[in-house]
Amino acid sequence: MATLAVRRAPLGGFSFENCKRNSILESEASKVGFSVPTARKTGTTICGVVFKDGIVLGADTRATEGMVVADKNCSKIHYISPNIYCCGAGTAADTEMTTQIISSNLELHALSTGRQPRVATANRMLKQMLFRYQGYIGAALVLGGVDCNGPHLYSIYPHGSTDKLPYVTMGSGSLAAMAVFEDRYKTGMEEEEAKQLVRDAIAAGIFNDLGSGSNIDLCVITKGNVDYIRPHDEANKKGVRHGELEGVQLTGDYRYKRGTTAVLSKVVNPLDLELLEETVQTMDTS
Amino acid sequence: IVPVAGLCPQGSYGIQDSLRSGFTSVKNELLPSHPLELSEKNFVLNQDKMNFSTLRNIQGLHAPLKLQMEYRAARQIQRLPFLQSSNLALDTLRGSDDTIGFEDILSDPAQSETMGEPHMMVEYKLGLL
Repeated sequence: MATLAVRRAPLGGFSFENCKRNSILESEASKVGFSVPTARKTGTTICGVVFKDGIVLGADTRATEGMVVADKNCSKIHYISPNIYCCGAGTAADTEMTTQIISSNLELHALSTGRQPRVATANRMLKQMLFRYQGYIGAALVLGGVDCNGPHLYSIYPHGSTDKLPYVTMGSGSLAAMAVFEDRYKTGMEEEEAKQLVRDAIAAGIFNDLGSGSNIDLCVITKGNVDYIRPHDEANKKGVRHGELEGVQLTGDYRYKRGTTAVLSKVVNPLDLELLEETVQTMDTS
Repeated sequence: IVPVAGLCPQGSYGIQDSLRSGFTSVKNELLPSHPLELSEKNFVLNQDKMNFSTLRNIQGLHAPLKLQMEYRAARQIQRLPFLQSSNLALDTLRGSDDTIGFEDILSDPAQSETMGEPHMMVEYKLGLL
């Protein structure tokens, strides 16, 4: 009598059941000329800077799916804890889920220790998780916050390496943004100066990189206060043509005026209807 | 890429499930389907081993020995073989009761669509099979 194979208790977490099937499908599909759908990425410009009293984080708001803009106004600055925020570049789902998991873990940790969470803790948790998955989780993050030891800024790469620096940029537009930082960064800037610098760095990424675009989001974190400014600046407005006469409504009205189509002839046929039966059905409103 | 035993056909009746795992080939049975598959399968085990060996180096032999005894006891507190147990005592001992990871969010075993055949699994557990 045939016996069923006894199932072991299934583990949670990632399931690799379909990997072989997927690789076979991919090779078959490429033979026919059809391509497998790609994950939504946030080809991005994100950056952060340490100023006198805290941190300014900045991000653009475009999410791409191959060569198409998937989301014109996505939010890339994720909440980790009341005093720590994290910008995410790379695969959109990966950054979203990773930051949410770390946020939950930090909250549990803070409840268990009874203290405000530190940025170094979040950094350590993120790098250990990303290293565990050997770079298959495509999340490049800029982590910044203010804790009891002052303001801290980290950049975290998908394979799990981290850097602690006074100014960092990540994403496809990182080179453009870094150029702005390298030119104008000074230690101990004021808040307005730092916000202007981050705005200019993200704008450099938006205008010079195809993967970044739309608006500029800023997040200013100081001791005891967080300013989440979304959007700080709308660098690309939809429907307004750049550089033509101001004050003239350039977005067309696509409705046609009455009389655009000429009426050639008009025939009216009155329909003779006779009343056959009239009944009243009362509604049951009890 | 090191070939590993234990990746034999995983469909029911011990036969290769062609729809999910593709056609049978020696390569399929020996090599893992994803580089992370093996490391993920053994992650908790390896983490425990590492923690125990660190503890042994710091505090001597008795500490990990006693803890392992407690782990063994906690592992025996289970529901019936085909039901999902919470493993609360084991989680508390390990310290993973106040952490959350992908294993809690993705493919939660408590919500899997399939269930082991109850009679088979109880017989297997009791050694009657």
